[in-house]
Amino acid sequence: MTTKPAIRAEAARLYAAFLAAGAAPVEADILLPADTMLDLYGEDIRARAYVTHDPLRGEMMLRPDFTVPVVQAHMAHGADPARYAYMGEVFRKQDHLGNRASEYLQVGFEVFDRAAPEAADAEVFALFCQCLQGLPLRAVTGDIGILMAAVRGLDTTARRKAALLRHIWRPKRFRALLDRFAGRATMPPARAQLLEKLAKGSPAALIAEAAPLIGLRSEAEIAARAAALIEDASAKPIAATEAAMLYDLLSLQAPARAALDHLRGNAPLLPAIEPAVTRFAARLDALDGRGVDTATLAFEASLGRTTMEYYDGFTFAFVGPADLPPVASGGRYDALTAVLGQGKSIPAVGGIIRPNLVAALKGAA
Amino acid sequence: MLKIGVPSKGRLMEKTFDWFGARGVAMARTGNEREYSGAVQGVEGVELVLLSAGEIPRELAAGRIHLGVTGSDLVRDKLADWDKQVAELSALGFGHADLIIAVPDAWIDVDTLDDLDAAAGAFRAAHGLRLRIATKYHRLVREFLTTHGVADYQLVDSQGATEGTVKNLTAEAVADITSTGETLRANHLKILSDGLIHQSQATLYAARAADWAEAGAVLHRLAKQLGLVVPEGL
Repeated sequence: MTTKPAIRAEAARLYAAFLAAGAAPVEADILLPADTMLDLYGEDIRARAYVTHDPLRGEMMLRPDFTVPVVQAHMAHGADPARYAYMGEVFRKQDHLGNRASEYLQVGFEVFDRAAPEAADAEVFALFCQCLQGLPLRAVTGDIGILMAAVRGLDTTARRKAALLRHIWRPKRFRALLDRFAGRATMPPARAQLLEKLAKGSPAALIAEAAPLIGLRSEAEIAARAAALIEDASAKPIAATEAAMLYDLLSLQAPARAALDHLRGNAPLLPAIEPAVTRFAARLDALDGRGVDTATLAFEASLGRTTMEYYDGFTFAFVGPADLPPVASGGRYDALTAVLGQGKSIPAVGGIIRPNLVAALKGAA
Repeated sequence: MLKIGVPSKGRLMEKTFDWFGARGVAMARTGNEREYSGAVQGVEGVELVLLSAGEIPRELAAGRIHLGVTGSDLVRDKLADWDKQVAELSALGFGHADLIIAVPDAWIDVDTLDDLDAAAGAFRAAHGLRLRIATKYHRLVREFLTTHGVADYQLVDSQGATEGTVKNLTAEAVADITSTGETLRANHLKILSDGLIHQSQATLYAARAADWAEAGAVLHRLAKQLGLVVPEGL
């Protein structure tokens, strides 16, 4: 059993290392307004975070992670560029019996920098490598930016691309949509019937025939979706070569340099990914420059596709025993800063380490 | 003494008494008809505890009762990792109800979860709020929608008259139990074709956290009388 003082000492060591790497210390409230988190993460966060009610401030949440408050603080009054370090408790409800902590320390490092994003990616990853050196961990990297570029470059309707991008962090639904758009899944019978009816009558007539319209969703909204369905039905399936390229990308796992060669080989089939592949290459060079062996570094193109993070570029994780969460994880989240920045945005990359797991690994060694 | 929790009123209580009675275990309420006390005959050492069906999952989880009869929907919704906290002894074959997702009949463009998800995305863009689904089954509904990758929705709590929430503009869709679908139809709602979340029925559960030191022997006698197999670990 790792004691709390041992965990706090480990956290202090990591925090000091982050400060020594040039970060400014940043603090965040423990009690946060729930609405921003709910808007961002949706109902999923309700299952994971402690939500409580304040008589004056409405729904509040015990800090489930530092990303949102740190980004908000930076957007409000941060220097540009900036490097931040933080250390503090986060709170996560556990929905399964077991030994996962519902209150634990996180130590984090975040870089907000407009210049040379690949260099910033490499800086963060190399710093984490250095902090975790000697522990029995497997480092894995990924790049969601390549997948997003591939989707944006598909030869299909804007609506289909938007639908795929909306679900980029929900692998199962993304896959179902891709199967349908690529003509691999059959159309549900009710959809076929609806299209048949829409071919004969107007949406307004069909709605009137169905039932009295109740609720906030208007006839115009229903008609707009019906029009979208008609458009979608006439769109040709995503070409087999492009679809194959995407399926290949979803399951791509290889050492980073081999993955780069593989992607370069595929790029002519989907030229839109070339800029993203070039960035991937630049990142590997930057990592090499910092002493990371990219010939053996693990790469998984889908790493970090979860709605609780919203990564949209480089991702990484340091994985220990299989029954535990990653000891450290992070990535690039440029788009998140735009969502939280009310019109402003800044490229951002960072990650967290869980000192309780580090201390446990050291204790076991 | 083995404590068995049974719903304290209504059809669920009567059907439970019938089910045990048919297997030679007579249950009855005692005292006047407003008093919540009961007796069990046919097996020695069993104490009847009359409880609200909604509280039985919690009492099972705490181990304050050894056995309990309640809807499988309630156990799965109220208990995290329900199958680690209770063991299912037998489905009882009554109290059938389906937990489903329903939307207005007039939504001609929505028949599946895929449609619901797309409608929710457009709804959020148009109204600035996530599509509201009224329910009292928060855990079951959220797990179901997360598993199926539905986004841009929110659950709003509704403890009764849930089918009326759409007309009253407090929700756009509902997730509720139905047996015949009549209330849904009367409120101009239709069930999504892949919107079945759970098929519930009255079920006899054993509490893993209860003290079985003495009650274990009673359980084996009772199970033999009822023709049931005692699950492992009890």
